[in-house]
Amino acid sequence: MTTPGQISKGCTQTPVLRERGQHEVFCGLTSIIWLHRMMPDSFFLVVGSRTCAHLLQSAAGVMIFAEPRFGTAILEETDLAGMSDAQDEIDREVDRLLSRRADIRRLFLVGSCPSEVIKLDLAKAAERLNARYAPKIRVLNFTGSGIETTFTQGEDSCLAAMVAAMPSSDTAGLVIAGGLPDVVQDQMLDLLDRIGVKDVRLLPNRSSDEEFGIGPNTHVAFVQPFLGETYDILVRRGAHPVSAPFPFGEQGTTAWLKAIASRFGISSDHVDAVTEPARLRARKAVAQASEPLDGKRVFLLPDSQLEVPLARFLSRECGMELVEVGTPYLHRDLVGCDLAQIADCPTLSEGQDVEKQLDRVRAARPDLTVCGLGLANPLEAEGLATKWAIELVFSPIHFYEQAGDLAGLFARPLRRRAMLQVAAE
Amino acid sequence: MKLSVWTYEGPPHVGAMRVATAMNGLHYVLHAPQGDTYADLLFTMIERRNHRPPVTYTTFQARDLGSDTAKLFRDACQAAYERFKPQAMIVGASCTAELIQDDPGGLGAALGLPIPVIPLELPSYQRKENFGADETFLQIVRTLAKPTDRSARVSCNLIGPTALGFRHRDDITEITALLNDMGVEVNVTAPYGATPADITRLGAAHFNVLMYPETGESACRWMERTLDQPYTRTIPIGVGATKDFVEEVAALTGCIPRLDTDRLRLPWYSASVDSTYLTGKRVFIFGDGTHVATATRIAREEMGFEVVGIGCFNREMARPIRALAKDIGVEALISDDYLEVEGRISNLAPELILGTQMERHIGKRLGIPCAVISAPVHVQDFPARYSPQMGVEGANVIFDTWVHPLVMGLEEHLLHMFREDPEFNDAAGPSHHAHGAKQVSDAPDPIGAQIIWLDEAERELRKVPFFVRGKARRNTEAFAEARGDSQISVETLYEAKAHYAR
Ligand code: SF4
Repeated sequence: MTTPGQISKGCTQTPVLRERGQHEVFCGLTSIIWLHRMMPDSFFLVVGSRTCAHLLQSAAGVMIFAEPRFGTAILEETDLAGMSDAQDEIDREVDRLLSRRADIRRLFLVGSCPSEVIKLDLAKAAERLNARYAPKIRVLNFTGSGIETTFTQGEDSCLAAMVAAMPSSDTAGLVIAGGLPDVVQDQMLDLLDRIGVKDVRLLPNRSSDEEFGIGPNTHVAFVQPFLGETYDILVRRGAHPVSAPFPFGEQGTTAWLKAIASRFGISSDHVDAVTEPARLRARKAVAQASEPLDGKRVFLLPDSQLEVPLARFLSRECGMELVEVGTPYLHRDLVGCDLAQIADCPTLSEGQDVEKQLDRVRAARPDLTVCGLGLANPLEAEGLATKWAIELVFSPIHFYEQAGDLAGLFARPLRRRAMLQVAAE
Repeated sequence: MKLSVWTYEGPPHVGAMRVATAMNGLHYVLHAPQGDTYADLLFTMIERRNHRPPVTYTTFQARDLGSDTAKLFRDACQAAYERFKPQAMIVGASCTAELIQDDPGGLGAALGLPIPVIPLELPSYQRKENFGADETFLQIVRTLAKPTDRSARVSCNLIGPTALGFRHRDDITEITALLNDMGVEVNVTAPYGATPADITRLGAAHFNVLMYPETGESACRWMERTLDQPYTRTIPIGVGATKDFVEEVAALTGCIPRLDTDRLRLPWYSASVDSTYLTGKRVFIFGDGTHVATATRIAREEMGFEVVGIGCFNREMARPIRALAKDIGVEALISDDYLEVEGRISNLAPELILGTQMERHIGKRLGIPCAVISAPVHVQDFPARYSPQMGVEGANVIFDTWVHPLVMGLEEHLLHMFREDPEFNDAAGPSHHAHGAKQVSDAPDPIGAQIIWLDEAERELRKVPFFVRGKARRNTEAFAEARGDSQISVETLYEAKAHYAR
């Protein structure tokens, strides 16, 4: 076995199967479900259709709030007829919203397929509203439309819009890009602090008061692999990305920390010394939790773009054999290090033709299929164990203390099948 | 433009999906962007269907818009036909495709497939899910159903049940048995479980039973006009309504009105002294028009409640609901604005809400118990057990369901997912009753009394979801004790977590 830091080609040269057919993936609006929780002072106003509102509601799954911090301004027949008043309508809805929600400091106008097809200019709307509400409220726009974005790309497009609006700065420091659950974020900050990395900034930040600048002395480490556009704009603004595998599992986390440490002149030995207990713990937890996964075959359908880093974790740390790794987009800048550490991946696919891909799943009969919610139960009914991918986006899975949980998420469907003694018909 | 936070109904193409998914041998080709595939999960997750909905989405992207989205549509139709070999296809556009005006109906027809290709015109920016289901089923029926000889024995069609319907699965069983008891056979149930071939046989029935006007009324009207089939107006939900339904069927068919009430328990349960406390309970009723109207009658005549307000979210039912409200001297609320419904409930301060999953959440916030009587549905509305709303067993189920929140206060929820949001916190608790909610204690066990939790560890522990926090605390203490530690740090907490990792 190669060590995590070792340079090898892994699967970087594997030919990519590119498919274009029916995509069975959510659109970027879905990201709002977790983004609004990571930015408690923000409201996400989708300008779209009843379908968009229904998607958000269905993806949220439960309806708990009196008024969540997201909503849909539903376009009506009258808005479609003449464009001039659509901008006025946005102003009216925003005024009404902001007068009711005094707690809002950041407002995101989110584009959808209908708003883009009718060429409703949300950038213009954001600019106008910004002029009206600054400095109390910051108004930005991004797209979550299904014709431009899939699932997690909504976060990418949101963060890219935030980066574009950031001031320039020469201050040296590290920016961590990618949303994380609080508990994981705290652990990460603690790890970085103990290693000796100071002045860490977070994107997205929890509050607009924590605003910071970007410039040639900014270093960026990514904790989510789906941030291609954010990556590009950060690089354009002079920031220096840290390439590393993603911090999943013990090996991923260690490699990620070491890559950052080395950027700041901190030795790898120091990282080892500081993280030793956590590494041991993580290794033990993964070993325990991944027992049912060892030697099993896994097929990942394209969903969240977490697929490549997870495939690395599953193959390198949990002993799984990869059948196919599918991803909506393959950003080599971001997942190159993970790809390099995957020793063997027979099929690497980008895009999707869901019917053909399901034919491949049926032919391969993997022990575990990682897929979206629309496909999970139908595959289970065909006798195939599945793990729904959306849980991987909502659950704390990064860094050492979650390494065992991450393996456990994949192991649970297999453990469950082993336990059940009554067959489903 | 209208700001919407939660919606009672999806877009009309979701209604069309409810029809397509309910049927067998029918395929729906929907011109739509990839994100619209989310609708599959409504069926596979909420209803736990073990098959994907029979829907092919063209999933066009921005880059296709400049080129040829019409070709994408044609290719998708052709591929769907070849792969699924359906008996008939329905074709249409979602909201986005409606804007690009590719004319799926025309494109589908031009393919010259050897099966009926039925075009759907569902105006996404004007209408909603129930309309979509009703209109889709009408189009299928008017394309496929033909006049035929009536069956030798008295028979009827059950019209209106769809996928994702509120207890449709069990209502079909109940009503089929009830009709069989009267000597009436069911010719075809549709859309639920029907094939396009079955639809061609609809005309053999002597009459139609309109189970759900929301999704079946247009088709029943059409069949009345074109196939000369009368249809029933009474929705057999509740004891009184079920008896009226039996009378109505008898009048239509000349059969003897017969209802087996051996298993009917609602009247006695309601009369028994234990139910005295239900007397005059103030209830607010909200949902789809059909379920609200039937629930209003049950509440007043069979449970002895006082109905303080009613309303429905589907505008198509505004007229009958307004008339009913006038009859019983309350104001009707016709709205699909969730905040407006919440406002009304909070003004009326009822003691019980009979509503949808939306009102269940309103009730939770306001501390008012709620029983669910209508779509929009939730995974809980598809129980494993038999639990119809219609007929004799339906009445029993309704008695239990309505009384349950009053007695116990329901509850469980995925609170943990949202527990850190400013709008919500642990203290609201897992109970349906916001007031007097009891927290499951996660206080230290006596065994851990000598072990000290350091502040930081205590804070970390609070990040653990409340329903497993007690267990996490006990495990950590047991772990620390076994190691002979006297203090628990964050480190200990995670050591213990790793130790117990499964
Ligand atoms: S795919 Fe487009 S129309 Fe559909 S929900 Fe997403 S943004 Fe809205």
